Amino acid sequence: MEDAAMENGETNKDSEVAPALIAVHPTQNSVAVAVGSDLRVFDLLGGCAVSLVDDSDGSLHKDSIRAIRYGANGKLFVSAGDDKLVKIWSTESWRCISSLCSEKRVSAVAISNDGSYVCFADKFGVVWVVVVDGFNGDQDFVNKKAAPLLSHYCSIITSLEFSPDGRFFLSADRDSKIRVTVFPKKPLDGAHEIQSFSLGHTEFVSCLAFVCTHECPQGFLVSGSGDSTVRLWDISSGSLLDTCDIREKAGLLESKEIEDRYAAVTDLCTIPDSTLVAVAVQSLQGIILLSCDLSAQTLYVAKVVSIKGDAFIPTSLGTSFSSGLLWMVTGASNLHDSQHPCLSRVKVISGFKESSPDFVQHGPIVLEDDEIPRSEKLLEKLQGRVSFDKNYFLTAAEALKTSMSNLLIKKQYSTEKREFRKRGRNDKKIKK
Amino acid sequence: MSEKEANPTFSKSTGLPRKRFYRARAHSNPLSDSHFPVPISPGHVDYSLHYPQHFPSSDQVDSGKKIQFADIGCGFGGLLISLSTLFPETLMIGMELRDKVTEYVKERILALRVTNPGQYQNISVVRTNSMKYIPNYFEKGQLSKMFFLFPDPHFKEKNHRRRVISPFLLDEYAYVLEVGGIIYTITDVEELGDWMKACLENHPMFEALTDEELKADPVTKLLSSATEEGQKVDRNGGQTFRAVYRRVAPSL
Ligand SMILES: C[S@@+](CC[C@H](N)C(=O)[O-])C[C@H]1O[C@@H](n2cnc3c(N)ncnc32)[C@H](O)[C@@H]1O
Repeated sequence: MEDAAMENGETNKDSEVAPALIAVHPTQNSVAVAVGSDLRVFDLLGGCAVSLVDDSDGSLHKDSIRAIRYGANGKLFVSAGDDKLVKIWSTESWRCISSLCSEKRVSAVAISNDGSYVCFADKFGVVWVVVVDGFNGDQDFVNKKAAPLLSHYCSIITSLEFSPDGRFFLSADRDSKIRVTVFPKKPLDGAHEIQSFSLGHTEFVSCLAFVCTHECPQGFLVSGSGDSTVRLWDISSGSLLDTCDIREKAGLLESKEIEDRYAAVTDLCTIPDSTLVAVAVQSLQGIILLSCDLSAQTLYVAKVVSIKGDAFIPTSLGTSFSSGLLWMVTGASNLHDSQHPCLSRVKVISGFKESSPDFVQHGPIVLEDDEIPRSEKLLEKLQGRVSFDKNYFLTAAEALKTSMSNLLIKKQYSTEKREFRKRGRNDKKIKK
Repeated sequence: MSEKEANPTFSKSTGLPRKRFYRARAHSNPLSDSHFPVPISPGHVDYSLHYPQHFPSSDQVDSGKKIQFADIGCGFGGLLISLSTLFPETLMIGMELRDKVTEYVKERILALRVTNPGQYQNISVVRTNSMKYIPNYFEKGQLSKMFFLFPDPHFKEKNHRRRVISPFLLDEYAYVLEVGGIIYTITDVEELGDWMKACLENHPMFEALTDEELKADPVTKLLSSATEEGQKVDRNGGQTFRAVYRRVAPSL
């Protein structure tokens, strides 16, 4: 009865651990990390930690943050999560300009490309939209009620995305579905016209991203999933163009235990103006770089960038337009047996600027801490401290893996168990 | 003696399965856990299993024929059986959540195929939760008719979202219906009738059929007479409430 439980009172909170998240301002003015209920922002231009100002209801987030995001034009930032609050921030002043209450916990957010709509998904599968008009710079705008936009019936929505041209709105869920909806002229009346369903994943879809180049500005959708694949789609028809199984590259096929041979793709990040996609995988200390051949419509592994020595399995990835840097974070909320509840570790890979054919082979390098922009000051803010016990993050990665599969993978009952569950039910008792 | 005659769950006189051996709970919760297989996409639906005469083997090249009618929450299958002979060239499927009821419909169709050679080859049934998996079965614009006959009422306000007709689910039905396709709903619960009508009326991609159109449609009179639930309501002299709408292109 997991769906029914979901409807009535959400899932068991104790076992839930939220991954650390990272987001980078589109022109790298700032970087934000969320871990647990903590939102940490570092101003890269000014070289200083940001103090968030939230006088909407006097408090910051009270429970795990599940989604953070900058708008494409860089003016807005949104954070939301298990405390059912959706906070919209000005990236100029870092004041919370609006704090909306959702009925349910929030699992994903998106901002329309022009910055005029904020959308968020609740854990019951409903996506809501709110208008952000009249907001320029720092001016307050009235708190409005969110209107329902669309719904995935009784499923957890894991990711929301606008297509690069703004025509389509994408929503992915734990039932391995990606819905492509025409984003309407009047979103407050709902988004009724479904363009396609992109179906092919066999486990929950965890993340969505678009690969776009100058030649192909409308872009192609890529999605990552609990089925250990990344897939390439044509969203206007919903057709699956290519599937890239990352198990071999992540070293999973050598594993003896069958269940260890599957590891979920946890995040995807496309490198702007290139055809590269950085992929974070549940058990991989590093990232996999995929390359997308847009004319042949194929997706293949270009390189595995491993992170040596540090037991660093990224939980979230971020990048900006022209910096050539890929930002990564690892960490988790709510580790019970830990004295440090909200630690995270940030790392950066550089060298994504060039586009010569062999740059992928030689280019990307993992920066040392002192090579990261604003090094120690930034790390102190975003990580909570500068150095740690290495095992902490391995424990965190294990806890995250368990939590993610509890939340998103459907329980498979053995035949005996199923029979046992059935026996209690009336419709099995054939009347004599 | 054939195997069927020896089997007490089948009637000796008609060769049809006896309903009393397939009695089920009156209602089932569409939100509860699902254990049935779900096709990854409409391309994965195995037509040879459902319509063996039309699709002799699963690896055969696609004949291009697709399911066009869907009876959602088909119950014991009465509507499918009436429609089968009325539209012998059209493939149809019933979707039903309760496993025992689905098994009954399956047996019923198989038995009809045996007793009426060459007939009832165009109908079948699947056990699934239509509220979650419609897009896994049908492509965009694939269906020309969808039926929602006497759906469970879910009276309590907090359970309204379990209703099979809702503003959100109509988006999915509009997606699988072709422009011009028709959605038929009927109920004996006035409140639910009002609700279904209001949902359809307020949706930008549906438009009501006129009375003349309803009269001219041979399917209209089956709505209250063909299904088991409809017959029960009729026996008890109950009133029914109908809403029949056409899928139209959105005016955006
Ligand atoms: C009251 S009965 C009506 C059956 C039939 N249409 C008739 O008129 O006799 C409603 C049926 O819908 C089925 N049902 C309810 N929710 C469903 C769902 N989400 N997916 C498929 N079937 C469902 C129930 O199991 C039940 O058999």
